[in-house]
Amino acid sequence: MTALQQKFDEGRRRLLMDRSVPGRVGATLPPLDVPEQDLPPDSLLRTELALPEVSEGELVRYFSQISQSNFSIDHNFYPLGSCTMKYNPKINDEIASIPGLAAIHPLQPESTVQGALKLMYELQGYLAAITGMPGVSLAPMAGADGELAGMLMTRAYHLERGEPNRKNVLIPDSAHGTNPASAAMAGFDVVTLPSDANGDTDLEALRASVSEDLAGLMITLPSTLGLFDANIVEVCRIVRDAGGIVYGDGANLNALLGRVKLGDLAFDVIHSNLHKTFTQPHGGGGPGAGPVISGPRLRQYMPSPVVTRETDADGTETYSLSSPEKTIGRMGAFHGNFGALVRAYAYISTLGNAGIAQISDDAVVNANYILSGLKGYYDLPYDRTCMHEVVFSARNLKRAYGVSALDVAKRLIDYGIHPPTMYFPLIVEEALMIEPTETESKETLDYFIEVMRTIAQEAAENPELLHDAPHDTLNSRVDEARAARQPDLRWRPAP
Amino acid sequence: MVPDAFASPYTPNTDADREEMLRVIGVASVDDLFLDVPVEHRSPSLDLPEPQSEMELLRYAHGLAAMNKVPGEYACFLGAGAYRHHIPAIVKQIATRSEFMTAYTPYQPEVSQGTLQTEYEFQSMCAQLTSMDVANAGMYDGSTSLAEAALMAVRITKLDRIAILDSVSPLYREVLQTYSQAPGLKIDVVSAGRGGLEEGTACLLVQQPNFFGYMEDLAELSERAHSQGALLVVYSDPISLGLFKPPGDYDADIVAAEGQAMGVPLTFGGPYVGIFACKQRFIRQMPGRIVGKTVDSRGRTAYVLTLQTREQHIRRERATSNICTSVALIALMSTIYIAANGKRGMKRIAELCYHKSHYAASLISDIPGYELPMDGTFFREFVVRCPLPPGEINDKLLDRSIIGGLDISAQVPNGMLVCVTEMNSREEIESFTAALAEIGAKA
Repeated sequence: MTALQQKFDEGRRRLLMDRSVPGRVGATLPPLDVPEQDLPPDSLLRTELALPEVSEGELVRYFSQISQSNFSIDHNFYPLGSCTMKYNPKINDEIASIPGLAAIHPLQPESTVQGALKLMYELQGYLAAITGMPGVSLAPMAGADGELAGMLMTRAYHLERGEPNRKNVLIPDSAHGTNPASAAMAGFDVVTLPSDANGDTDLEALRASVSEDLAGLMITLPSTLGLFDANIVEVCRIVRDAGGIVYGDGANLNALLGRVKLGDLAFDVIHSNLHKTFTQPHGGGGPGAGPVISGPRLRQYMPSPVVTRETDADGTETYSLSSPEKTIGRMGAFHGNFGALVRAYAYISTLGNAGIAQISDDAVVNANYILSGLKGYYDLPYDRTCMHEVVFSARNLKRAYGVSALDVAKRLIDYGIHPPTMYFPLIVEEALMIEPTETESKETLDYFIEVMRTIAQEAAENPELLHDAPHDTLNSRVDEARAARQPDLRWRPAP
Repeated sequence: MVPDAFASPYTPNTDADREEMLRVIGVASVDDLFLDVPVEHRSPSLDLPEPQSEMELLRYAHGLAAMNKVPGEYACFLGAGAYRHHIPAIVKQIATRSEFMTAYTPYQPEVSQGTLQTEYEFQSMCAQLTSMDVANAGMYDGSTSLAEAALMAVRITKLDRIAILDSVSPLYREVLQTYSQAPGLKIDVVSAGRGGLEEGTACLLVQQPNFFGYMEDLAELSERAHSQGALLVVYSDPISLGLFKPPGDYDADIVAAEGQAMGVPLTFGGPYVGIFACKQRFIRQMPGRIVGKTVDSRGRTAYVLTLQTREQHIRRERATSNICTSVALIALMSTIYIAANGKRGMKRIAELCYHKSHYAASLISDIPGYELPMDGTFFREFVVRCPLPPGEINDKLLDRSIIGGLDISAQVPNGMLVCVTEMNSREEIESFTAALAEIGAKA
């Protein structure tokens, strides 16, 4: 690379404040069309405001250029386990930006937002139908927010029954980190539950863990090992017999649509990540939406608001925002992430019964196809039929050639594929958690399998190639330790 | 004729593909992959409606939208935490780029510099607007940002009382209630300018401008909190910061704010973006994602998620918060908005709001039967005491294509909270005040 070419790369990294030139503007504003009013005393006013001064065209080029260093689902295969990076249909975005949905104020009188409330009401019904659980509150704004809501509902349930001693929440060792964090925020003590040799819940350990202090169990189904817990009916029975609540983390719901309803398995409450299963684009880390869906035991505690419908004598339907009888309260200032709800609604409407069931069938076929294609090349800690994702281990490569899961993941980037989830779940050494989703074609999966096999071969022949990967990106591997040791979290003027 | 049978545009594999894949997998049918599902619960009926084509769905969605009365078609004077401001075209054009919109959380920095660098820009601009040392990459919304600020103050001080001014939005107080129920925090609702704080108070929560639109005496409140060992948490309005002194100038310890006013459509209440800023010494107690600047293995500038040992995926039940997926794309929209309006525009928007709202207030105060019951400096919202219940007035305003202010008769008898931004033209303001006069005269 010549010095001039290097200058181009460095130019992309110049922050807006460093591009700022006094006098440049990036937007226009209207003239003041009313008489100027008296300003408050100077003591209340600010004297300096350090913000960028950049023209519109420069802004567009800056953001566009730096955006191109992202991998994204529109550009790349993105088999990030447990994240369900599926194609995000464009019609959903178009519907979400119809002014009658995008420009309405959350505090308008209910009579002026009947269309929005009707959409929410129908979505509540769809989620209830898909999960087999009657209560739906769309208020939580992400998966972890739904978990918090569900655990606060669990707390309210036990308190109302006069059992404040029920403090223990059992969480399998394969769970997402949000589960223990949410349980702790809801005031519970976390008890870790081991998995058995097959990757299912260890029933002996479960029986030994339940007591009169049991508040409930948080379980992900399928688990983060990508497995449908063969003991699930017994697990739910043990927890409920001991007076506990069964919480289902719906992050992996993409495996179950039309194949089984969590309500039928006696789950009391779950959340659904609309930004996973129901295609709200992930946006580089949100927004999401995490509706909480509950069975009869917890329904009355759901967060507010929920949408209710009344039909009068002449058949006129009126929709209202209301509070469940013993609500745990509000999760946010308004009614949840409506923009994400609209997209989920559009998605479910497009697919209907047949299309929704096809999602899980193809997601599971795709994952098992990868399992078959890579078995023998990477270690498979749990050698059984997987659901929507498969967890391999790179420990064979690590032992033989010193090549880690991280190296494999970074090398995938050189082939235009986003790395899978690495080092998670924590119970699998050198884990590579691969979730292809249903929106990928056989051709894409064949390419991925070929690449992964090639990488295994490269590990044997040229491990340095993998240690140095990726080779072609704006940045090579990043010094994370330095970032944490000397936190530099904002722009500052050059000294 | 092509048959009517539904085919999903989102699942590319055909029956022939599936058959070939099942052969490789070594099973006879898809059903064989679901044998772990208890037999009595397999393949239930979903009871969803029939699939809709794009054309049918669009028609239906437009029908739902048409059932709503839309600000823009209606003059709108609602605020109270969600604000109508002009959104420059480049905000949507840039934020809907696939590279930003369809990427995941930037766990892999080599393929996420677009997200990471723009999040660092967001943190920088939030810190600059609020005059605080540091800001994070965003929370769900302003209200949860405020609740998390209270929890953070409790962690820092190891005290369990929270004082909150009675002029903080009742909606935010409800969210604080949700977050504080499990840790069993005691919440004292206090009034400005009156008395000390209870012993053992972790923080004083203040909204500036307050729920009613008026400026609190932050200098006095800061002194009151700090003299008793409590932290000062300010819920700020980012648009007001174009004109008014920022909370950092009053020695605020933590600042929360709602970023929606900066480039984010109203969208019936979300997704929005919570701003969260604090003093440098508290960074390891912060919730949420934080991006840091560092270098790559060849010494080049790079950005990366940092201080992750605070977070749930590392620390699990001992994390500072359970937050994971947040609102990166919405934070990007606010980032572009601030950058486009820039130093000059952010000040000018605040000035337009100030002058227009004060003009509207002066017209209303001249109408017989209406009065402005509160004294002090307001920014773009103010309280009107009406001669009739505001609900009745708002019904009549709707007939004149006006969405009136928020009915706050629960807080102020016959009170209406009126919001005026640069989006309200002089003509709209004058039709609104003329309508109020006409409706009031019939009272």
